[in-house]
Amino acid sequence: MRYLSHTPEELRSMLDAIGVKDISGLFDSIPKEVRLDAPIDIKPRTEWELRREFEAMANANCPAVAFLGAGAYEHHVPAHIPYVAGRSEFLTSYTPYQPEVSQGTLQAIFEFQTMTANLLGMEVANASMYDGANAFAEAALMTFRLKRKTERIAYSRLNHPHYVETMQTYFRPSGFEAVELPILPNGRTDFSKIPDGVSAIIVQSPNFAGVIEDLEAASKAAKEKGVLLVVSFTEAMAWGLLKNPGSCGADIVCGEGSSFGIPLNVGGPGLGFLTCSKKNVRSITGRLVGETTDKNGNRSFVLTLAAREQHIRREKADSNICTNSGHNALTAAMYMATAGSRGLRAIAQLNHDKAAYLKAGLEKAGFKPLFDAPFFNEFAMKAPAGFEKRHEELVKKGFVAGLDLGRYYPEYKGAWLFCATEVHTREQIDAFLKEVA
Amino acid sequence: MSQSRYPGTRGLAFKEPLLWERAHEGRIGISIPEQDVPESKLDASLTGPAPKLPDLSEVDVIRHYTRLSSWNFGVDTGMYPLGSCTMKYNPKINEAVASLPGFANIHPLMPESCLQGALKLMYELEQDLLKMTGMKAASLQPSAGAQGELAGILMIHAYHSHKGKQRSKMIMPTTAHGTNPASAALCGYTPVPVELNKDGVVTPEAIREVMDEDTAGIMLTNPNTLGIFENHVAEISKIIHDKGGLVYGDGANMNALMGYVDVHKMGVDVLHFNVHKTLSTPHGGGGPGAGPVVVNETLEPFLPVPRVKKEGDRYSLCFDAPLTIGRLQAFFGNFAILVRALAYTRTMGHMLKDATEIAVLNANYIKAGLKGYYNLPYPQASLHEVIFNDATQQKNGVTTLDIAKRLIDCGYHPPTVYFPLVVDGALMIEPTETESKADLDGFIEAMRAIAKEAETNPELVKDTPQNTMVSRPDETLAARQLILKGE
Amino acid sequence: MKAYDDLVFKSDVSYSKTHEWAKKDGNIVRVGVDDYAQGALGDIVYVELPDVGDTVKANAACGSLESTKAVSDLNSPVSGKVVAVNEALEDSPDLVNTSPYDEGWTFEVEVADSKDFDAMMKVDAYKDFVKNLEN
Repeated sequence: MRYLSHTPEELRSMLDAIGVKDISGLFDSIPKEVRLDAPIDIKPRTEWELRREFEAMANANCPAVAFLGAGAYEHHVPAHIPYVAGRSEFLTSYTPYQPEVSQGTLQAIFEFQTMTANLLGMEVANASMYDGANAFAEAALMTFRLKRKTERIAYSRLNHPHYVETMQTYFRPSGFEAVELPILPNGRTDFSKIPDGVSAIIVQSPNFAGVIEDLEAASKAAKEKGVLLVVSFTEAMAWGLLKNPGSCGADIVCGEGSSFGIPLNVGGPGLGFLTCSKKNVRSITGRLVGETTDKNGNRSFVLTLAAREQHIRREKADSNICTNSGHNALTAAMYMATAGSRGLRAIAQLNHDKAAYLKAGLEKAGFKPLFDAPFFNEFAMKAPAGFEKRHEELVKKGFVAGLDLGRYYPEYKGAWLFCATEVHTREQIDAFLKEVA
Repeated sequence: MSQSRYPGTRGLAFKEPLLWERAHEGRIGISIPEQDVPESKLDASLTGPAPKLPDLSEVDVIRHYTRLSSWNFGVDTGMYPLGSCTMKYNPKINEAVASLPGFANIHPLMPESCLQGALKLMYELEQDLLKMTGMKAASLQPSAGAQGELAGILMIHAYHSHKGKQRSKMIMPTTAHGTNPASAALCGYTPVPVELNKDGVVTPEAIREVMDEDTAGIMLTNPNTLGIFENHVAEISKIIHDKGGLVYGDGANMNALMGYVDVHKMGVDVLHFNVHKTLSTPHGGGGPGAGPVVVNETLEPFLPVPRVKKEGDRYSLCFDAPLTIGRLQAFFGNFAILVRALAYTRTMGHMLKDATEIAVLNANYIKAGLKGYYNLPYPQASLHEVIFNDATQQKNGVTTLDIAKRLIDCGYHPPTVYFPLVVDGALMIEPTETESKADLDGFIEAMRAIAKEAETNPELVKDTPQNTMVSRPDETLAARQLILKGE
Repeated sequence: MKAYDDLVFKSDVSYSKTHEWAKKDGNIVRVGVDDYAQGALGDIVYVELPDVGDTVKANAACGSLESTKAVSDLNSPVSGKVVAVNEALEDSPDLVNTSPYDEGWTFEVEVADSKDFDAMMKVDAYKDFVKNLEN
C-alpha cells in the first residue's frame, strides 16, 4: 500500500521496541463481543481502476447549459485561483491553532474578513460558516442573544426555502419560532406587518424569485418596530453592483459566498458569510482572526475571542461549530483580490446584462414576468402552457430551462426561475431562445 | 541540534505585506468576458459605489499567496502529530477525481436524470460507511463533524419527542471534545459529566449511578480522547437502552477502529465520521470537511433529508420522511469532499484495517520511545494516540506550551496541547499511519532532546520558536485591541 | 498563577468559595473577584457584567470573565437587584488583574437583608480556605 511505508523489518523492530509479538497484540483492549466478524467488504482499487470508476460516475452526470441559480451560481473561475489555493501548505494544514506555523492561513483569513466586511458594508466578518443556509440559521439564533427574552423571528417568504428549512431544523429542539412575512404583488416582501415580539426580520436580497428587495425600507420598518434587520443572500456577486446591505442599515448580514471562485460541485461545500457590527461581535459564532504583535514586535495574526467557542466554553458556547469552510474562504479571498473593485463591478454588471438579455428573449418567446420589481441576474417568468413537457425535451437537447417555482410555492405554479451569468455567451442564449420559441 | 534525524528548519521565507498594502490603483487580475449583449442599467437608487477591494494583477495575487503559503505547515510539509485530529496524508488522486468536470461543474438543481453519477457516488459512499461499521443506514448531509454530532443529537431528541416524552439530560465523560456538550446544549440537554476510573475509562457502575428515565442518552467517544478503548461500551449501552436512552458514538477517533470494531455491536445507535480525519480528506486550514452519520434501525426514520434512494439502476433524492429532523444545509452535503472520501475508501478497501493497525503501532512506538522522558499519566494500553504531560519539565519551569514551540524549530508541527482537560498540561500525540519509521524516530529524538534541554537550558526552550516568521504572538493583546479587519 | 505568599488579601472585605469578594455599605454590596481568582484566570480580556436592574441570586452565575484560553463564571455572593456595574471594565478589562479590590470591582447589588453577606468568609477563614486549595 503506497500510503504506508513500513517495511517488514521496520515493523518487526518497532514491535520489539514496544514489546509486543504482533500488531494484533496492540488491540487486546477491544473485547471480542464488539469486534467485526469479517474483513471490510470493499475491494482496494489501483489508481488506474479508481480513476476509471470515478470518470464513469462523473460522465453519468450530463453536462448542460443550465439557466439555473436558486442558491448556486455558475461563474468563471480564473485558472490561477485553484492553482494557488491548491498549494498543499494551504490545503493540508489544520485549523491555525499554532500561529507560528500558520501565519499564511491566518493572514489570508484576516484579509478575507476585511474584504468580506467591505463588500457587505459591515464592521466584522467571521472566518466563515459551512454555507449560506448554516449562516442563515446561526444569524437567526444570534438575534435571540442580542434581543434577550424574544423567542420568535420573522422571515420573508422569499428567503431561500432550503435556508428556512435549515433554520427550522436548528430551531426545533429549542422551541424558537419562525413566522413568515408575506410577499407583495411586485415580488418584494411586505414589511408593513411585522408581528409583535420578534427579535428580527430576515430578508434575502435579491430574493428567491430574483427580486432586489428595498433594504432601506426594510431597515426603516425594523427600526420603527425596534427589531433587528438581518439581510441574507445567495448570490454574493450581486454586491459587486448593488448598494451594500450595511449601508442600507442591516444589523447582521449572512449569505453564501461560493460564487467567488468556487466550482458548483453539485452544491457543496459552500461558504457561509456571517457579519455584524463591532458592538455585537461577542454574539457572533465561528472563528475570528485578529491582528497583534509577536514578542519581537512583528505584526502577526492569531485566532481571537476563542473563549466564545465550544472547545473552551463547552455547553455554554453559542454554537458547536468547529471546522468551518476555511479553504473556501481562502479561495473566495483570492477571487475578491483578483477581481478587485473594478473587476467585480464589471462582472456583476455583465451578469445583469446577460440576465436582461435572456429575459427580453423569453418575453419575445411568450413568457411573462411574474414580478415587475428590478432583478440582478435571476428572474421569474410565467411560462406558456405546456412548458413543463417542453422543459424535459430541452434537457435532452442540452439546456436546463430554469427551475420550476411551483415546486416551492404553490401560488407561483406555472412560473419558472431563470438565471444567466457572465459564463453564458450570447451565442448560447440565442441558441436556447431558438429552441424555446 | 544539527546532526539529528529530525529535519529542523531553515526556511526561504519572504516577507509579504497585506493585500491592500501591495495594491496599486488601476491594476486588475481578472479577465472580463466580452460585452456581447447590450448593457442594461439598474436604477441608480439600487446601485452603490463599487465595493472597496484591492487592485492587483494576476501576478501580484500569485506572489502574495505563494509567499503566504510558505509560512504554513501542512501534512505535505512534515509530520503533524495533532492528537484527535488525525492529520494523515491526503492522497492526490482524491484531488484529481474531485476536480473532474463531471462533478465540479454540475449544478445541484439539475433534473435528477442529469445527476445520476453524483447520486450514485453518494449512495455508494453510504454503502461503504455501512460496511465499515455494521450499521443500517447513513446520511451524508452534515457539513462537518460537529454538524454530524448535532444531527445525531437532533435525531435522539426527535426520537424521544416521537415516543411522547422528552428528556432533559445527556451523559458524557469528562474526556469529551467541547463539541459534545455544545451539541447537547443546542438541543436543550443539560450535560451530565461522568468521571473516568483510574484506568482511564468509564465504568458501568458510574453510568448506572447517573442514568435515569429523564436522561436522553450518552455521548461516548471511543477510543476516548486518552486513546484508551472504552472496553465496557457494550454493557454501558445496555444500561442506557434499558432505561430508554440512546447511545451517540462520537466517531472522531474511528482511525483506531477500522476493520476491528463493529459499531452496531457496541450498542451505538448513531455515529458520525469526520471524513477529514478518518477518510483522508484535506483539512484546508480549517475546513470544509464533512460529517456523515450512520444509524441503526431505531433512528433511520429520523435521518436528515434528502436521502439518496436506489431503485433498479436509478438513483433519486427522497424528501418523503415524516419523522426526519429536516434539512441541515442548502443542498446535498459537501459533495466535493465526499468524492475524496469515497476515493479513499475505494483505494484502501479492506486495507483500511492496515491503516488502523499502523496508526496504532506508530502511536505505541512513540509511547515506548518517550516513556521515561515525559510523564505518562495513563500508562494503560492505548490505541492511535498517546497523552503525555509536562509534569517532569514543569520542575524546571518548562511548560507544555514551551515544548510545543520548541518542536517547531525541530521541524515538526506540535501535538494537540492542553487537551483533554482531565490531564494537566496534556501533550496529545497522534502520529497516524502515514508517518515512516524514520520520521517517527526523528520526532522521538527531537522530543528527547527537548526533555534534556528542559533540564540543562530551560531558558532556551522558553525562547522558542526561533526560526519562524513570528514567535509567540500576543494573544491577550489581540483579544483586547480586537483588530478584526484591515483597511 | 501566584504563589500563596504573594497573594494579597484584604481584611475589610468578605470572601466566597468561588473567590469573589464583597464589601457592604448600608444595603449596597459591591462585588469583585479577588487576587487569587484573577491570578488563576490570567490576563482578563473581557468581563461580561449583568445589566443594571437584573435580579441576581446568591452563589449563582450572573456574568463571566474571559481570558484568552479560559472563561469562568462571575457569581454574585448575595441575592438582590443590580444597581451599578463597573463600566470602566468594558474598555479596560485588565483592571481586574491590576487592581482586583479597587478599580477592578465588577458590580453592586442592593440587598434586602444581610443574610447572604453574613454567611461569607472573613479574611482569616478565607486564607485557610485558599491554603487548603493550594495543598
